[in-house]
Amino acid sequence: MRDEISLAVRIRSDISHIWRYEPRVAEVLTALILIPVVAAIVVALVPRSRKELHLPLGIALSVIPLALAGYLFWVFEPQVDMQFTEFAMLYEPWGITWNVGMDGISMPMVILTTILVPIALAASTSITKRTKEFVVYTLLLEAGMIGVFVSLDLFVFFVFFEAILIPMYFIIGVWGSERRVYAAMKFFIYTAFGSALMLAGIIALAAMHLDQFGAPAFNLADLLALDISAGAERWLFAAFALAFAIKVPLFPLHTWLPDAHVEAPTAGSILLAGVLLKLGTYGLLRFNLLLFPQASVDAVWIMGILAVVGIIYGAVVAIVQPDLKKLVAYSSVSHLGFIVLGTFALTSGGLQGAVIQNFNHGLTTGALFLLVGMIYERRHTKKIEDFGGLQKVMPIYAGFFLFMIFASIGLPGLNGFVGEFLVLIGSFSTLPVLAIIAASGVILAAIYLLWAYERVFTGVPDKEENKVLSDLSVREISLLAPLAALVLLLGLYPNILLDKIAPSTEAVLDYVEATTDYQVPEPGRLADVFVASGEDE
Amino acid sequence: MIDLLWLIIALPLASAIGLHFFGRFLKEPLAGWVASAAIVGSFSIALAAAIPFIQGGEHGETVLLWEWMPAIGANLEILWDPLSALMVLIVTGVGTLIHIFAIGYMHGDERFHRFFTNLSLFAASMLILVLGGNYAMLFLGWELVGLCSYLLIGFWFTRPSAAAAAKKAFVVNRIGDFGFMVGLMLVFVTFGTLSYTGVFDRAGDELTTGLATAIGLLFLVGAAGKSAQIPLYVWLPDAMEGPTPVSALIHAATMVTAGVYLIARSAVIFEMSTAAQVTVATIGAATALVAATIALAQRDIKKVLAYSTVSQLGYMFLAVGTTAYVAGIFHLMTHAFFKALLFLGAGSVIHAMSDEQDMHKMGGLRKKMPVTALTMGIATLAIAGIPPLAGFWSKDEILGSAFGRGGWFSVLWIVGLITALLTAFYMTRQWVMVFLGEPRWDEGQKPHESPRVMTIPLVILAVLSIVGGLINTPFAFGLEHFLEPSFELVDIAHPPDGWGAFILLAGLSVMAGLAGAAAAYLTYRQSPESWQGFEDGFEPLWGTWESAYNVDDVYGRVIVAPGKKAAEVAAFDVDLPVIDGAVNGVAKLVRNIGEWTRPLQTGFVRNYGALFLAGTVTIVIWIVVGAG
Repeated sequence: MRDEISLAVRIRSDISHIWRYEPRVAEVLTALILIPVVAAIVVALVPRSRKELHLPLGIALSVIPLALAGYLFWVFEPQVDMQFTEFAMLYEPWGITWNVGMDGISMPMVILTTILVPIALAASTSITKRTKEFVVYTLLLEAGMIGVFVSLDLFVFFVFFEAILIPMYFIIGVWGSERRVYAAMKFFIYTAFGSALMLAGIIALAAMHLDQFGAPAFNLADLLALDISAGAERWLFAAFALAFAIKVPLFPLHTWLPDAHVEAPTAGSILLAGVLLKLGTYGLLRFNLLLFPQASVDAVWIMGILAVVGIIYGAVVAIVQPDLKKLVAYSSVSHLGFIVLGTFALTSGGLQGAVIQNFNHGLTTGALFLLVGMIYERRHTKKIEDFGGLQKVMPIYAGFFLFMIFASIGLPGLNGFVGEFLVLIGSFSTLPVLAIIAASGVILAAIYLLWAYERVFTGVPDKEENKVLSDLSVREISLLAPLAALVLLLGLYPNILLDKIAPSTEAVLDYVEATTDYQVPEPGRLADVFVASGEDE
Repeated sequence: MIDLLWLIIALPLASAIGLHFFGRFLKEPLAGWVASAAIVGSFSIALAAAIPFIQGGEHGETVLLWEWMPAIGANLEILWDPLSALMVLIVTGVGTLIHIFAIGYMHGDERFHRFFTNLSLFAASMLILVLGGNYAMLFLGWELVGLCSYLLIGFWFTRPSAAAAAKKAFVVNRIGDFGFMVGLMLVFVTFGTLSYTGVFDRAGDELTTGLATAIGLLFLVGAAGKSAQIPLYVWLPDAMEGPTPVSALIHAATMVTAGVYLIARSAVIFEMSTAAQVTVATIGAATALVAATIALAQRDIKKVLAYSTVSQLGYMFLAVGTTAYVAGIFHLMTHAFFKALLFLGAGSVIHAMSDEQDMHKMGGLRKKMPVTALTMGIATLAIAGIPPLAGFWSKDEILGSAFGRGGWFSVLWIVGLITALLTAFYMTRQWVMVFLGEPRWDEGQKPHESPRVMTIPLVILAVLSIVGGLINTPFAFGLEHFLEPSFELVDIAHPPDGWGAFILLAGLSVMAGLAGAAAAYLTYRQSPESWQGFEDGFEPLWGTWESAYNVDDVYGRVIVAPGKKAAEVAAFDVDLPVIDGAVNGVAKLVRNIGEWTRPLQTGFVRNYGALFLAGTVTIVIWIVVGAG
């Protein structure tokens, strides 16, 4: 018994070097975090009297992180090791380190963040009050989001994780619509409550490290060496999972999301759905699976069921939403369920699908919120019943909307399909019943999106306000076109990302296999099991 | 030639992309000619590349284009074998004629170039479907043709009925796709790949009967959606809201046959499960009969053809369920000829009658539109199964194969025979109602023959409807030999051997066809009052058929309405009051605790939050450390 445990620990340390520091490139990730901060300071320094400068300057500066992230994507190698890693001791007595790095799981999220921020800013021309603060908050938010995805030290991760709440709280609370204060407060308290549990978990982990190795540590690689008892692992898993589940949000913890989205300004919705929700799915994959592998394996069914309930429930509730933004918000609940299902399917397809779906959902849902924002600026309503026949007056707008709808429905050839299909196929071998139920989500997605499209866009425009709407401007098209191009590119050639994702997700799987008795089922072998148990004739 | 195969897909795709961005700069007919040229190019390449198969001995090969989802063995690759070659030739050949016809039909439409953009996209999608070398690529094409179908049914989107029909088509197809997707998952976990070669080569070793049945039935769900079989056929009649060339191309000749192709392509899997075969054949026969009865009583010229298509697809399912794959594909081909012709002919009539579709308001059009009347007449005889026209040979091979297999399949054979009689009846009824008798037109109608660009495709299709059946007759099984390499792993069912059996079976089906046609001719040749009386004599049956057994109504009441109710309950009775209510309840509780501890009150909700968080942190640390 003792031998087995020590063997497991040895294997852990063999594999866990992946997440350990190895200096390679200059401090590029730190720069990536700091550039938006510097940009925020620059914007803040522009006097209030030159208010017309704030937004253009912010947009221009936010292109720098995008360019840098693009470069990192270019040089990113498809390999298991963390890349662009940096390591420095921040506070020795507590064992807090500045340890950042990028792998195939975080890379897509960093890219997505840097893509969506310029678009979110550029979509905010209708924000006229306190533009400066708005731009500053958005840029600080970007720094926080990048920081969260590249941090490998749990303390620093947590600081970023929490720091994000503040700018988002203000973005919703200051620039939102009527019930913005309620929504912002709900968003803040709800997610902060979850974080509190995780903070407790992080402190407990550091304390265990102190207990077992004589010094506290927050570094992921150090914490992987911990020998955690089964009972404690379960509690810790629950604490982390709850924090992340609220962020995702997983049913039944989702009700802050529709409120936040409906009240948030367009930029807030884009970043909330595009990036902030992914903190939850990213955290589950990065921290829950690695730190608590056995508890994760044990929780496969609970997490899978919650994910699938979310898929169906979110879609069903979306069908009858009278508000376009709420409809898209509930569709997120449904789509994020696929990511959680894929994560806990614990198969290659499931994990790869989860990671690429993280990225893809950000693109399509970001675009859908952008589109809803464009019509809201024209009509000052998001109610489906206020529209009708828009395709006649706004054919380009209708075209983009339909394109994104089909991406969201999961039409093969567009990006949404790749993640969903990988998740479904991947989860079918470990959670067949859940995968089948989840697959029925594809029917529901077609229902709620196409029905909404029918009511908003088809028929003859019958309301006077709708007859005079102007179609998209060149500026608006230039925001949507790059997203549409990426949707198509990733739909047809997902390998551009999958190649770089796969080694990292495989490493996570290998680690889970090495540290638990879980075995990833081989195709074929599992089918025998499946049929043998299902066939009593 | 193999190196150029990708062009078969790329040409229409390039046309779609080009027309999408630059189509609006083209003068009207030009966009149509661009799309037509693209599909002609595809046809030419396919024809040249198919020569080795015609010469015989070639088995086909797979060409990799690029990696798509390698984790599941799904790449963009082309399988070029006799089956896919034949499908490509049907799609591009019939497609070309319909494209050209549409140039005349869509004349004057303000979104003329958009129509051809979508038509080209459809052609590319359909070619992906039939050329794909694995199930994932088939599924890619499968969904893309669904998209195009959605776009083209709803082409005249300002009509609410067209928009609703488009949505209905997509959603109902998605129900089928759900089954198909689960089937694909099952294939993947079984074989670890979705590629045809990977699956078919190992099916014998890896598949149990139970698994083969499961996969077969799940594929059938998908096929029933796309190919409009019971119980998912309800979208196809509504799909007639689309422009008539769309009905001809997508909803008669090509897309709706994808389910037949899927089953034929998966013959190796169906080979291992008699249960799946029987289910496919039974669904097919039942659909053939039910749809034929509905077609009897329709007044709308396109609705007759829509239900007729459902019925004929039923024949194809009967064929592939009987494992008479060649017969099924054969009928797919001949049906593409005569049904495309019938739809285009109907389009020509509708065009001439200022968009009138009610056959009660037609009559006597033969003199005004001789070419349309003649070609539609040929198609009517072809679908009625009158020798030596195309439909006779293919239908007879299906019926003969079912008979030959015996047992339950003999029952299905009888169903098929009855359907043949009904088919001849409703098609003759249509032709007579439209073209013979006295004009019953509304005021101001000035019907005229359609322009050349529309009639020439009709004539070519009429020729094909006459001679198309001759490629596979008991005298020379040309198609069978051509397709053999694609079905070498399975046993193909055949009609019973011997001339005696052939003459007996063919005699029976010809008699059924002639009887149906004669009965309809004698009835509808008379005055409208007389045939109205004939139809009233069948009440209440006739009304039931006319209203298509009220299936839409039943689905509406049993599925749609309760589904919507459930969604409303979930959204407004559960999500808001219960789940969100609980959240707000907890928040309120925290605030109340704050009220009790007044001395701590500072007036900021955030401070309560902070206090609350601190408490939680303490509790959790205590639990974890205690447990650890």
